[in-house]
Amino acid sequence: MKIAVCVKHVPDRRTRIDPVSKRIDRTGSGELNNFDLNAIEEALRTKERIDEPQGTEVVVVSMGPSQADESLRTALGLGADRAILVADDVAVGSDLIATAKVLSVVLEREAPDVVLFGQQTSDGGGALLWAAVAERLRLPVVSQVTELTLADGKLRLSRQTESGDDVIECRLPAVVAVTDAINEPRYASLKGMMGAKRKPLEVLAVEDLRLEAADVGDAGSKTTVLGIKDPPSRADAARIEDEDDAAEAILRFLVDRDLV
Amino acid sequence: MRFLVFLEHRDGELDRGSLGLLGKAVSLDDGEVASVLVGGPEVDSLAATASRFGAATVYVARGGSFEPPLSQPRVDVIDQIVSTEEFDTVLFSNSVLAADIAAGLAMRRDAGINWDLVDLGLRDGELTATRPALGDSVLVDVGWRSKERVALFRSGTFEPVASGEPAPNVKVVEPVLNDHSQRTSIVGHTPRSEAGPSLEGAEVIVSGGMGLGSAENFFLAEELARVLGGVVGATRAAVYAGWYPHSGQVGQTGRTVAPKLYFALGISGAVQHKVGMQNSKVIVAINKDPTAPIFEFSDLAVVGDVHSVVPRLVELIAERRPS
Repeated sequence: MKIAVCVKHVPDRRTRIDPVSKRIDRTGSGELNNFDLNAIEEALRTKERIDEPQGTEVVVVSMGPSQADESLRTALGLGADRAILVADDVAVGSDLIATAKVLSVVLEREAPDVVLFGQQTSDGGGALLWAAVAERLRLPVVSQVTELTLADGKLRLSRQTESGDDVIECRLPAVVAVTDAINEPRYASLKGMMGAKRKPLEVLAVEDLRLEAADVGDAGSKTTVLGIKDPPSRADAARIEDEDDAAEAILRFLVDRDLV
Repeated sequence: MRFLVFLEHRDGELDRGSLGLLGKAVSLDDGEVASVLVGGPEVDSLAATASRFGAATVYVARGGSFEPPLSQPRVDVIDQIVSTEEFDTVLFSNSVLAADIAAGLAMRRDAGINWDLVDLGLRDGELTATRPALGDSVLVDVGWRSKERVALFRSGTFEPVASGEPAPNVKVVEPVLNDHSQRTSIVGHTPRSEAGPSLEGAEVIVSGGMGLGSAENFFLAEELARVLGGVVGATRAAVYAGWYPHSGQVGQTGRTVAPKLYFALGISGAVQHKVGMQNSKVIVAINKDPTAPIFEFSDLAVVGDVHSVVPRLVELIAERRPS
C-alpha cells in the first residue's frame, strides 16, 4: 500500500505580489500549507489503521522553490516516510494545468493507491488541482471529504456539498481531497523532527520527468496575469456607536432599505 | 466567442449563480449562448427555465449515469459537446461539483482555467476576467492564452436576467463515458434540509462568531434569523469551538453565500470568513471591538455588545412583524 500526499510550500504571512511578474513572490520565507496538514494526518492515520502498517508507505510530493524542502522536512517530521520535490527554475510561473502535469508525472512513477490533497492553499491557489491531476492520471476523484475509510480495496468517503452530505464508494487507485474537518492534525515530536533529517528527500528537475520545458513554467501556462488594481470600497457605509439606541438605528437602516 | 454555460441544479431547481452566468455571456456575445444540463428526468423542465434566462440551446444528458452529482461523467459530457460543437469558452459558477468538473475539463481539453472570478469582459476583443487575490486586498485581471478557455466564477457573482418565454431548443447528447469516470458511486445521501438549513439559497443569513461567547448564545442568532425569516450561519472558529454544526459554516472552508442581508454577530472578519460572505448585498456587523476588520466591509458597522443590541432588535422587528 502506498499513499501519496501532494503538499505546497506557501509564502508566510508577508505574502506579496511581485510588481514585475505580477505573480506571488515565492522567494521569501515560507511554510507548509496549513490545510495540507489534514491530508498528511489522514495518510498517517490510514497507515496506522492498516493491520501491517510497516508495509505501507506515505510519500509527500511537492513542486516549488528549492527552499520548499523545509516544508517536506516538516511532513517527514510528522511521520511521512519519503519526500519528492520538483524544484526547477523552468517550472517557475506554472499555472494550474502546468503544475498538474508536473505532479502527475511524479505520481505516475510512484503509482500510489491513494493520492491525497488538502482542501486549499493559504496563498489562494489551487483549490482545484486534485481534479486536474486525477484527469491527467485517468483516476477517479472525490473532493470535500470529511471521513475516509479503506476496506476491501475500496474507499468509503463522506463528503459535504451544497446539496447535502454524500457517502461515496470509490475503487482504488483514487485521488481524494480532504477538508480541514476530517481530523485534528498531530504535532511533530522532537524524535520525529530529529528522525526527519535521515529520511529520503529526492529533489528532481523537470528534465528528470520526461516533460518538455514548454509544458511547464510560464511557457506551459495557458493563463496570464494582465494587471493589478485596487478593489472598490463599499459606498455609503455607515457606522454607529451603541449608546442604548443601536437596535433602533439598525431597524431604521433595515426599513430604509426595505429589508424588513 | 462561443460560450457554453454549465447549469447546475439541486433539488429540482437551477442554481442562481449559473443562471447569472447565462445573462453575462449573452451581454458579451452577439451570437447565441448555449448551456448544458446533466442529470435525471428533471432536466427537461429545467431546460425550459434555462431558455427563459438566455440559453438559445440547451444540451441535455440524462439517465442513470448522470443522475448522481459526480464530476467525472459531466467532464465526459462537456468534453464531447465542446469537441463536436466547437465551443471555445465554458463558464461555471463555483460549487463543489462545478469546481471539480471545471478543472477536469481544463485538463482534458488542455485549456487554460481561471477561477475565483468576479467579473468577465472584453478588452480589444480578447476575453478577460477579474480575480481577487491576497485576501481580496487586490483585484487581478487575468486572461487566457489557449484557444479554449475555462472560467470558474464565485457563486452569486451575476444576477440572473429573465428574457422572455422562448421555446427551449433542446439537444440530447449521449456521450461515451470513460472508464475512470465510472469508478465512483454515491451509496448514501443526506439532503441539506436534513443536514441543516440551506445557506446558499437564503435571502437573510445571521451568522455568529466567537464574540457570541458560548454555544448557548447562538440562540441570539437563531432568534434574529427567525424574525427576519433567515437562516443561521457560523464562523469556522465558532464551529471548531463546537458551538454550531459544520453545515452552517460560512467562509473559505465552509459555504460561500450572497444573501440580500447578512448579519455578522460578534465576528471579527478574518479573511477566512470574509471570502465566504463578501458578495452579500447588505452587510450589518455588530461587534464590541471598534477595530474589528469586519467593519471595513460592512454597510452598517455597529460598535456595541451583541448581548444587549440583538435582543432589543429582535423585539423591535417582532413588533413590526407579528408572528
